[in-house]
Amino acid sequence: MSESAELPLWEVFVRSRRGLSHTHAGSIHAADAAMALRNARDVYTRRGEGSSIWVVPASAITASSPDEKDPFFDPAADKVYRHPTFYDIPDGVRNL
Amino acid sequence: MRTAYALRLGDDGLILSHRLAEWSSRAPELEEDVALTNIALDLLGQARTLLTHAGLLEGRGRDEDDLAYLREERDFVNCLLVEQENGDFGHTIARQLLWSTYQLTLLDELTASTDATVAALAAKAVKEVAYHRDHAVQWTLRLGDGTEESHRRMQAGIDRMWPYTTELFERDAVTDAAVALGVGPDPGGLRSRWDAAVDAALADATLRRPEDTWAPAGGRRGLHTECFGRLLAEMQHLHRSHPGARW
Repeated sequence: MSESAELPLWEVFVRSRRGLSHTHAGSIHAADAAMALRNARDVYTRRGEGSSIWVVPASAITASSPDEKDPFFDPAADKVYRHPTFYDIPDGVRNL
Repeated sequence: MRTAYALRLGDDGLILSHRLAEWSSRAPELEEDVALTNIALDLLGQARTLLTHAGLLEGRGRDEDDLAYLREERDFVNCLLVEQENGDFGHTIARQLLWSTYQLTLLDELTASTDATVAALAAKAVKEVAYHRDHAVQWTLRLGDGTEESHRRMQAGIDRMWPYTTELFERDAVTDAAVALGVGPDPGGLRSRWDAAVDAALADATLRRPEDTWAPAGGRRGLHTECFGRLLAEMQHLHRSHPGARW
């Protein structure tokens, strides 16, 4: 297992079936993209979870920082009118 | 003869499955650990179907467990290649490349078998084994065309496993009967496709195809290499110590 640290890290996104979006499943180590795809297949879709896989170099992902959590996310908390449940649905509308 | 043929196919899968399972918790990386044991489980699944089938054809009331765990070394008819020790990772990948290329061409023919169970198994297994071969080809390429050390080890693996491939294409009374009954192909007829696929994989990986020198055989007659007894001892130990043990 000692070599694992030297191999690049990849983030794995799996789509369980058509129509759904790819969801982050976890991460794996691999030497290159082709091997990353195969490793992801072996580790995350062995029980029939997937119909499509994306692998992305972990280094290519820019993540929001925990320090920025408040300015990033708190302002959304009191804007109830952004949720569809805030609005009354007119009687005649069936599919909204 | 149909029994003997199914038994060979089943034994090949069972024994290679056990070898690959020996990598469990010891592979170079966690991801590879899962990959190799996935392959082992595919092969075990195939072996279960085939051994159960062989037991039914035989008609002596032996089930898959009886055949896997209660036969003696001389009763196993797997080829010598699948029982060879794992060695380092390069040796294992070499064995996988040579075997899965062979198994894929064989399964391709077996989908047309007149034995319905064998044909159905082949149709399912061909997808599994196509992945096994892809796994082996990808690693062969990276190790062969990788560093000087990985190239050296990968070539050593190919050289080590190579002599045992001749046996895969041998004809004997069982394969002749299989051909006559439409159960399985003439093994010799698989050779040219195997050659082409293996040659291409080796060339891509900058590896040398070894000369055909000595060609050990005997697996199909129950004459195995020295390492096989130790494999059986480990594989059968639990069942023999605790007959009928269950989870």
